[in-house]
Amino acid sequence: MLPTLNGRLQSRILVTAILGGIWTLLITPVLPTGAPLGESYRTTFIILLTVIVLGVLWEFLYHFLQQFRWEKDWPSSWGLFTGINEGLLIWLLINVGGVPGVAHVPGWAYLIQFVTTWFLIWAAQNGPLRVPFIRWRFNGGRFL
Amino acid sequence: MSGDAPLPQSASPRTEPGDLTPELVETDIWTDDMVARAGIPVVPVPFVTVGGGIGSFVTVDYLRIYGVPAQQIVVLTGLDVPWQSYEYLTRVSQIPRTERLRSDSQSRPDNIWGFPSYAVSEAFAAKNLKDFLWPLWNVFTEPILTNYYTPRAGQAFSGMEKEMNRIGYLQSVRKGQVRMVRRRAGGGYYTILTPPAGAAPTKRIAYQSQYVHIAIGYPGLRLLKDLQDYRLTYRDPTKVVNAYEPHEHVYDQLRIRPGKVVVRGGGIVASRVLQRLIDDRDKYHLQTEILQVFRTFYTGPHGKDIFNRRPGGHGWAYQGFNYPKSVWGGQLKEKMAKLEGEARAQAYEEMGGTNTPFRRNWLEQLKRGRSQGWYREMQGTFDNIRPGPNGAGVVVAMDTQHGRLEEYADFVIDCTGLEADIRESRVLADLLDHSGAGRNPKGRLDVNAQFEVIGTRSRPGRLYASGSSTLGGPFPGVDTFLGLQISAQEIADDLARVGFVKRMGPGRSIAQWWRWARNRPI
Ligand SMILES: Cc1cc2nc3c(=O)[nH]c(=O)nc-3n(C[C@H](O)[C@H](O)[C@H](O)COP(=O)(O)OP(=O)(O)OC[C@H]3O[C@@H](n4cnc5c(N)ncnc54)[C@H](O)[C@@H]3O)c2cc1C
Repeated sequence: MLPTLNGRLQSRILVTAILGGIWTLLITPVLPTGAPLGESYRTTFIILLTVIVLGVLWEFLYHFLQQFRWEKDWPSSWGLFTGINEGLLIWLLINVGGVPGVAHVPGWAYLIQFVTTWFLIWAAQNGPLRVPFIRWRFNGGRFL
Repeated sequence: MSGDAPLPQSASPRTEPGDLTPELVETDIWTDDMVARAGIPVVPVPFVTVGGGIGSFVTVDYLRIYGVPAQQIVVLTGLDVPWQSYEYLTRVSQIPRTERLRSDSQSRPDNIWGFPSYAVSEAFAAKNLKDFLWPLWNVFTEPILTNYYTPRAGQAFSGMEKEMNRIGYLQSVRKGQVRMVRRRAGGGYYTILTPPAGAAPTKRIAYQSQYVHIAIGYPGLRLLKDLQDYRLTYRDPTKVVNAYEPHEHVYDQLRIRPGKVVVRGGGIVASRVLQRLIDDRDKYHLQTEILQVFRTFYTGPHGKDIFNRRPGGHGWAYQGFNYPKSVWGGQLKEKMAKLEGEARAQAYEEMGGTNTPFRRNWLEQLKRGRSQGWYREMQGTFDNIRPGPNGAGVVVAMDTQHGRLEEYADFVIDCTGLEADIRESRVLADLLDHSGAGRNPKGRLDVNAQFEVIGTRSRPGRLYASGSSTLGGPFPGVDTFLGLQISAQEIADDLARVGFVKRMGPGRSIAQWWRWARNRPI
């Protein structure tokens, strides 16, 4: 998929919310959060929401960088590696108390949640999503 | 090659029964009576596609998957299998089945979803670990650490063969040459087929359909004037050849006797021809000398500003595919769709032009040739070609940046020119003259965003076109596998809008993909 700005935003929000949401539901019970399940869910879903909210801002930056590329493409490896900057930023924000509602989360629990969610979304966008949504890849990542 | 064989003109008013009458030839919109009077048998069918190449194939594939039964589709073509023309052109221009094409991993004419991509399929068909990992690594790191992944020609052909059998494509094929498509009074179209001699009782058959799709590929080979002049004047088709014609004799001769070759052009075909010449040179320890002539010579990256810089150097413009990648689905696709007229033509100029992919092995070969002195490149345009001294070789007179120059060559390989005017095709000329079709800013057939040919509507019927004859429209990537699929999807969705088939949503799509994955017939 070769994104347009609008497509980036739609894909970010919808795929993270739906696919990421399902994955968060499934994975939270096995994360080493050291907290009761209800509280863990609260934390993991706030983190997921943070990925979406900050992600929307990141997408503007990526779109700007994309303008320097002659082909106006976004290599698929970059879609994976941008998880590094995004993941680190959120971790940093959690630790300085910048994510409302998340006071503390063990490093491993965060790492596992973030990496698996990111990878899942990246993998889905690089193939399987084309199966249900045949027009998505030709529309710059727009669903609507 | 495409292009119609010349058919005898019916000059006299009296024609044999079942042939075109002067009345039909002269009338833009035909009534059923006129066709009946001519004695041409009429075959009704809802959807006709003309050409039967890869463009027709992917369109039929979409429609079958959306849910149109094979009986409602007719493919009119001279080909036995859809990739036949394409395989011929790739083979003569130096891409045998084992070589790699120029389209990306998701451009699969045998799979409308592009999933799994060619790279994944290639990996899972591998017999050892290296062959498994390489394609995956390649698509993951492209185009940053590696060049774009591209599939082997053979993989594309065998994939299409499997899909052709799965959807029962051959059931819909009717052999012959299409002469014309005309609007029908009362709606829809008549498509006139000339079946092979002796295959049918009448000379023509009329397919009467609500919808017509035209995908006839390249209207013809365009030989540049200097090349044509040489051939006509000196009656020698062997020393000066076009790369799209069979020209093995050039390589054979060079193996027997050392020689000098002038290669004209800066596109992918020039790259392939150079690769073949240099591969042979290496393999058989030949002395082949090569001079390459570019009309437009790029000395480095070029473009109007830092947001639009295309890499280049030593004459070449480098680009993964024939247009920047995002014309097939991203920013540039969206941008182009909004442009009209002159602005559109201008944008085509900036993004297109002749270019070739950046491939490390090609660069290495040319670098070696340059340093060892057997390969040179220069800017120039041919003025004329004439026989060499004592009938050996030819002399090419050129205008270059350093003035006029004459170069001796044993062979000239011209790597330009599948760009004939659309009038070269009789079917397209007839559309322009009789059916209301017009030209787009690049002079080809004017289509809208749904690939309907503007001006040809015959309510409630519609006429569509895809492929190279529509280049210059709101979507630039038309003449590629993926572009043909994008067109096919637009056409299928448009046909869904008028009620011919149901628009495919996620549910049907998943179910159909699952059938595809298990190779279950539709
Ligand atoms: C050398 C070469 C390499 C290419 N490589 C790639 C690549 O790597 N990747 C990519 O995506 N694209 C590539 N393309 C571009 C494009 O995808 C192919 O050319 C593709 O075959 C185009 O499909 P088509 O259906 O438009 O034309 P074709 O496959 O050529 O089919 C059209 C058919 O219509 C027939 N026809 C014409 N007139 C009539 C008539 N009146 N009646 C009946 N039949 C008629 C012709 O004979 C022809 O067989 C390449 C093109 C060339 C020339």
